[in-house]
Amino acid sequence: MIQVDCPFCGKRNLTEFTYGGEAHIARPENIAEISDAEFARYLFTRKNPKGTHQERWNHAMGCRRWFNAVRHTVTDQFWATYKVGETAPLPPAGWDGVLSKSEFEATTETGAK
Amino acid sequence: MAQVNRVTGKGRVNRSKPVSFTFNGKSYQGYEGDTLASALLANNVKLLGRSFKYHRPRGVYTAGSDEPSGLVQLETGAYTEPNTRATMIELYEGLSAASQNCWPSVRWDVGEVNNLGSRLIPSGFYYKTFMWPASWWESVYEKAIRHSAGLGKCPEENDPDVYEHRHVHCDVLVVGMGPAGLSAALNAGRSGARVIVLDENAEAGGSLLTTGEDIDSKPADQWIADTLAELDAMEEVTVLTRTTASAYYDHNYITAPERVTNHFGPRQQGVRERFWKIRAAQVVLATGAHERPPVFAENDRPGIMMASALRTYVNQYGVLPGKQVVIFTNNNSAYAAAIDAKDAGAEVTIVDTRPSPSGPAFEAAKAKGIHIDEGYGIVATKGKHGVKGCEIAPLSNDGRSVSGKSILIPCDAIGVSAGWNPSVHMWSQARGKVAWDPAVACFKPDFCQQKVRAAGSCNGTFDLAGCLAEGAEAGVAAARDAGFDGIAKAPVAAAEEAFDLRPIYYVPSRRPVGEGKKAFHDHQNDVTAADIHLAHREGFISVEHLKRYTTTGMATDQGKMSNVNALAIMADLRGDTIPGVGTTTFRPPYTPTTFGAMAGQSAGELFHFTQKTPMWDWHAANGAVMEAMGDYLRPLAYARPGESTKAAENREVKMVRQSVGVYDASTLGKIDVRGPDATQFLNLVYTNAWDKLKVGRAKYGFMLNERGMVYDDGVTTKLGENHYHMTTTTGNAAAVLAWLEDWLQVEWPDLDVHLTNVAEQWAVCSLAGPNARKVLEKLTSLDVSAGAFPFMTMKEGKVAGVDARILRVSFTGESSFEINVPARYGQYVWEQIMEAGREFDIIPFGTEALHILRAERGFVVVGQDTDGTVTPMDLGMGWIVSKNKGDFIGKRGFDAPEVARGGRKQLVGLLTDKRDYVIPHGSHLVEMATQAPPVKTVGWVCSTYWSETLGRSIALALVEDGRARIGQSLTVRNINGDAEKVTLTDPVFYDAKGERAHA
Repeated sequence: MIQVDCPFCGKRNLTEFTYGGEAHIARPENIAEISDAEFARYLFTRKNPKGTHQERWNHAMGCRRWFNAVRHTVTDQFWATYKVGETAPLPPAGWDGVLSKSEFEATTETGAK
Repeated sequence: MAQVNRVTGKGRVNRSKPVSFTFNGKSYQGYEGDTLASALLANNVKLLGRSFKYHRPRGVYTAGSDEPSGLVQLETGAYTEPNTRATMIELYEGLSAASQNCWPSVRWDVGEVNNLGSRLIPSGFYYKTFMWPASWWESVYEKAIRHSAGLGKCPEENDPDVYEHRHVHCDVLVVGMGPAGLSAALNAGRSGARVIVLDENAEAGGSLLTTGEDIDSKPADQWIADTLAELDAMEEVTVLTRTTASAYYDHNYITAPERVTNHFGPRQQGVRERFWKIRAAQVVLATGAHERPPVFAENDRPGIMMASALRTYVNQYGVLPGKQVVIFTNNNSAYAAAIDAKDAGAEVTIVDTRPSPSGPAFEAAKAKGIHIDEGYGIVATKGKHGVKGCEIAPLSNDGRSVSGKSILIPCDAIGVSAGWNPSVHMWSQARGKVAWDPAVACFKPDFCQQKVRAAGSCNGTFDLAGCLAEGAEAGVAAARDAGFDGIAKAPVAAAEEAFDLRPIYYVPSRRPVGEGKKAFHDHQNDVTAADIHLAHREGFISVEHLKRYTTTGMATDQGKMSNVNALAIMADLRGDTIPGVGTTTFRPPYTPTTFGAMAGQSAGELFHFTQKTPMWDWHAANGAVMEAMGDYLRPLAYARPGESTKAAENREVKMVRQSVGVYDASTLGKIDVRGPDATQFLNLVYTNAWDKLKVGRAKYGFMLNERGMVYDDGVTTKLGENHYHMTTTTGNAAAVLAWLEDWLQVEWPDLDVHLTNVAEQWAVCSLAGPNARKVLEKLTSLDVSAGAFPFMTMKEGKVAGVDARILRVSFTGESSFEINVPARYGQYVWEQIMEAGREFDIIPFGTEALHILRAERGFVVVGQDTDGTVTPMDLGMGWIVSKNKGDFIGKRGFDAPEVARGGRKQLVGLLTDKRDYVIPHGSHLVEMATQAPPVKTVGWVCSTYWSETLGRSIALALVEDGRARIGQSLTVRNINGDAEKVTLTDPVFYDAKGERAHA
């Protein structure tokens, strides 16, 4: 069972959370004017990548806060979790989802893996 | 004579404590410290059961958790457990066990005919054989196969034992307490890290209990005792024996069932098994290795076992499994077993596949006077219920055939070894890769993304000194990565000779594979080398296909013995290498785990919580028939003695229309909405406008999803300038709250609004009927007359002396008062209402009556009359969608072509031509009754009831262009053959002007 690091409560078991799909999909400000195609994109089109994914989580059985996370979809390693409104802390392109952020940064500094 | 195979002066069993037990009804004696397997072997009982498919006689093959064939039915009745491994059952006084898969007895088994006819039942035979007639599969074939195959029998009573879960965190989890694991735990523990170290066996020590080698110049026993004492003295270290790390999940989450009282036998007080759920920062796997058997003809007779197991029985249990022992090996490791058996008094012969073995082990065996047949293999074995002899012959140089004359060796036990497989199961479960090491001919742990290390023989390091060193390094490294510093200090042991293994997996016999005697690689699922050849011939050459076609490795032993041999035989057939053929992924659990342990405390009443309203006790005491809604159990109806539920519902409907009833509406979702932007928030989440609502007034609203479809509904009351009380449907309550929080927190964080779930803070008594006001007047001094307390308003005051919010809303169509009181007064107020209503013959009514009453009035239930594809306009409720206000969730959805198109399903009423025909729920409506299938359906019935008020059946349906069809006829078509005519009507069947609710 994976652990999710709630930015408000800390690390908790997956069973306390619900998943909210891709993050940073803003509701169009001019939603009344956009075309049907744009509306459909907003409603239905999602990335579903193999690799780094920015996504939403809700600490449903805890503080009830929604927050965002950067997770590797192959390894389930989280790069970071962050509050709504904060800029996504994205990993460098070379991140393969194995090392945690601190481990990755430590190895990059020493130049060794 | 009792315990004929017991050896004096050997073993760790307590000879001053004899233990009595029965096997197949016969009484035996063993000693404290025995397993069932060792005690049976001590009594020279080698035939334990019959095999899965061919009903061949089988006995124990190992001395540990990898046991494939020494499986017994333990105990009886509710305490019985099938397929328990005799090698893992600690002997206790009064133990009772029996053989499996045999009838009438294990020695004389009718099913043995399967073995004689085995040519007719190869792998996959039932797919090929039982093809016709198809109808016979379930009625005849499956029953016959299930009767013939299989092993133990499931208990048929509830499990009477108690189990528990325990959740723990640690810095370092060490799995295994052999030399590597103990060394790792010592070194990690000395750093101050929080360490859990566990082992599946009753005693720590692993292989040391058998080999007895010196460590740090101390005998093994002493070193183990000293190590455990040191670990015990460390405050942050937990030592768990009889605890199997059975599953390795993501983010270092490991589950480990602990056998707490199993070894005392059934009917113990307290917890039987404890299921540990461990979150470890770092893991060290020191799970050891399993000896690999060679696959040779008739290698399954009772008395044949792993060489290391034979040595364990001699050294750990003081049991010599046979007087004439043959050791069949391709490497040096088995020589120690030969020497120990010889020392214990056996006559020993070594059959070594290597043409000219040499080295210290070889010399030591020779010096003991043990005869060694060099370059030989076993080509056949003899004996009916146990091995009586074996036939050996010289192997060719390439090891693919036999040449020369056979020699017959009489024997009553054979110890076999074809090398060692690191126990990489947990590593594999952790998503770790494994790589083939040709030097030691086995798969070893390779890369793993989790925070895990392997140490010792599970890492392919087989010498004791190496295991201790690796354990120490891994323990310190794991602690360091968890934030604790230490310096590795490895316990010291003498250097050892390498295995010097001649890889051989399938040992040839005089006849081609499949034509001679059976050579088993999977002893539990009865799969032979010939089955792999068959799979190969039929094209199942992928390891995944091979596994599924032959069932290799799919038994409860998880292929601990069989997998590598199967891969090797397939690799040979494919002309490929073993790693070229690939491996399958090991999955949890490592060894069979009881359902009781997995369920823990969550059984019976604690399986799932039941939400109860504050008036639950009253309902239960007054004939309530309960129905589940969400996590709630709520009254469906209140049946009087001798009254059917249906009759109760009709009586309740009648009484609400005629006089008065009270309904427990406490299950509704309730959200306290507060903040300067509360009104704006409601405008965004509801379709109607909330700006003009005055304090003390209430409004019904629809929530839509972004696509414009009805999502939830409820009444929201304005309590203060920036304060609302919102209600939601019962089943959707939690989801709606989370959804509203989503919009507030993510999309509109600038709105200053706070949502508080108050669903369980309020008890709600909904008083409904023409006499509702009269009942309420007896309980309150408030003016509740129609003029002073109009429809859709709220009053605060005392009811039965309790602070209450009274709301005039109606879901029944009758004049109603929804009395909200603090939850703790719910049952008191309810009882006061029942008392006050006595003169009006007040009745409690349940959800079914409520639903009939609302259907008569044409009110929808979201989730019953809607299915996520229905807009307010489809329901004929376009009036609830504000044309004047700005944006709200779902507004843009109305512009989508799907919503604008004609022919959408619309809510209508249905009246059956036959007044008493109540349409089955979910029935479909068609235009022509006589059309042959496929028939297009034009709609479906969403609510359907007998209306006691109207004395006829009524229904609501969603029908294409329904409103335009009002007055027309359609036909209900059902799978049961019904074809009944209905007439479409307005969905309101009763009190079309809504006057009664306002009265």
